Amino acid sequence: MQVFSALQGFLAAIGAAVLGLCQATGRLLMFAGMGVAHVVRPPFYPLELWRQFLKIGYFSLPVVGLTALFTGGALALQIFAGGSRLNAESVVPSIVAIGMTRELGPVLGGLMVAGRVSASIAAELGTMRVTEQIDALTTLSTNPLKYLVAPRLLAATVAVPLLVLIGDVIGIMGGFLVGVGRLDFNATTYIRTTEDFLTTGDVTSGLIKAAVFGFIIALMGCYQGYNSARGAQGVGRATTNAVVSASILILASNYLLTEALFPA
Amino acid sequence: MTDAPATRTAPAKITMTGVTKSFGSKHVLRGVDLEVARGESVVVIGGSGTGKSVTLKCILGLITPDAGAISVDGTDALRARGKAREALLDKFGMLFQGGALFDSLLVWENVAFRLMQGARKKPKAEAREIAIEKLRRVGLKPDTADLYPAELSGGMQKRVGLARAIAADPEIIFFDEPTTGLDPIMADVINDLIREIVTEMGATAMTITHDMTSVRRIADRVAMLHDGVIKWCGPVGQIDDSGNPYVHQFVNGLPEGPIEAVR
Repeated sequence: MQVFSALQGFLAAIGAAVLGLCQATGRLLMFAGMGVAHVVRPPFYPLELWRQFLKIGYFSLPVVGLTALFTGGALALQIFAGGSRLNAESVVPSIVAIGMTRELGPVLGGLMVAGRVSASIAAELGTMRVTEQIDALTTLSTNPLKYLVAPRLLAATVAVPLLVLIGDVIGIMGGFLVGVGRLDFNATTYIRTTEDFLTTGDVTSGLIKAAVFGFIIALMGCYQGYNSARGAQGVGRATTNAVVSASILILASNYLLTEALFPA
Repeated sequence: MTDAPATRTAPAKITMTGVTKSFGSKHVLRGVDLEVARGESVVVIGGSGTGKSVTLKCILGLITPDAGAISVDGTDALRARGKAREALLDKFGMLFQGGALFDSLLVWENVAFRLMQGARKKPKAEAREIAIEKLRRVGLKPDTADLYPAELSGGMQKRVGLARAIAADPEIIFFDEPTTGLDPIMADVINDLIREIVTEMGATAMTITHDMTSVRRIADRVAMLHDGVIKWCGPVGQIDDSGNPYVHQFVNGLPEGPIEAVR
């Protein structure tokens, strides 16, 4: 009898967890749907969009650039070391190029921007929620989803691919610097090999990923901040949740997108 | 609810009937009935956590009640969507407890916020002029217009919040604890300002507070909210001899009475 009731309790806990997950997913999807609807329906707030674009895109440049530079350099060293076991050192330029454009550029760039931008969006919107600024927007006949969420979603979806494009270039340059400086590649050959090998598809697939990641970054920041609990603790939790959920969703969606874009 | 028949001849601006709202197992509103006449200033009193703020937020649609009806000028406020809801919200101005000023915008941009969006969009220069005029109305100098809210004291932030609430000349103004966190002198100044502005604009006002000085200064009529219902409602002149044990205890700040004081 006791075993039965313990089992029942266990199953009930699983059921509650599953229901909770479904509820949270539903709420997030509804929030995302409403946010996107407000992106395409007027009125628009071009000034807000521009501000967010600067904040999310322009001011993330140093972070993304440095990440790409060091990653490209390390990638060249690793490929050289691995390639030398098969006497295939010459693949360094080509693999650095695809590695950066297809995978490392978008994923590492996305993760760095997630840390910077998701957190700041969640903290800003969370504080606005706690200090009733979001309610105040409504009483001033302004839809907070339209004024706060839509510009951030759009700005991040456009800005992150641009950041990643710049990151790709810098990453390949990092590989080039290490390749030429440390691994004795000929500069002209290095550049020519990269050019010959890299296809438009490699770059665009990375940019498609980056656009999805940008959307996820802004969405998780907005969702967590918008629904922040009261007090400093609530805002703190919203910020942490935003970064963690954005990072995990980026990695999960990266796998799914890779499956879709490069079917085995 | 003992409703005094006096003062109310004007048609109702806001009507709440049987409004209930629960958060989980916590029943905050258990059937609020309240009528606010056009041009009248009603103050809702009650202890902390009795649902005063929730009442205001229900009217504004920031919180959706579980049951009951709310109408503003005869329009069903709970079912208004899209344009109808916009038109409804256009009638309101609200002063928030903490000011709720947008800290990324300058003081004048805060005040003129509504004038720079949507249907009533005005040119920037004109909006700024109106903002400065409204700031002057609440006793702030024009040079505060170009500061950020964080650079102002609590009392000044309240004034800016007040200027923002009246910027678009609303028909209804809500005041959420207008004197909380202010020193007694500043509180007095804000009370006087509210009274003057409501009178000169001919606006309908609804204030929530637990500051009795404020009540006596601002109110035409007082409603006492306790346990999620309006326990008493009557003209401000009657609060001292209301004959209602709740009101008596609250007005006189007595530890003994029907309202449980948690120590």
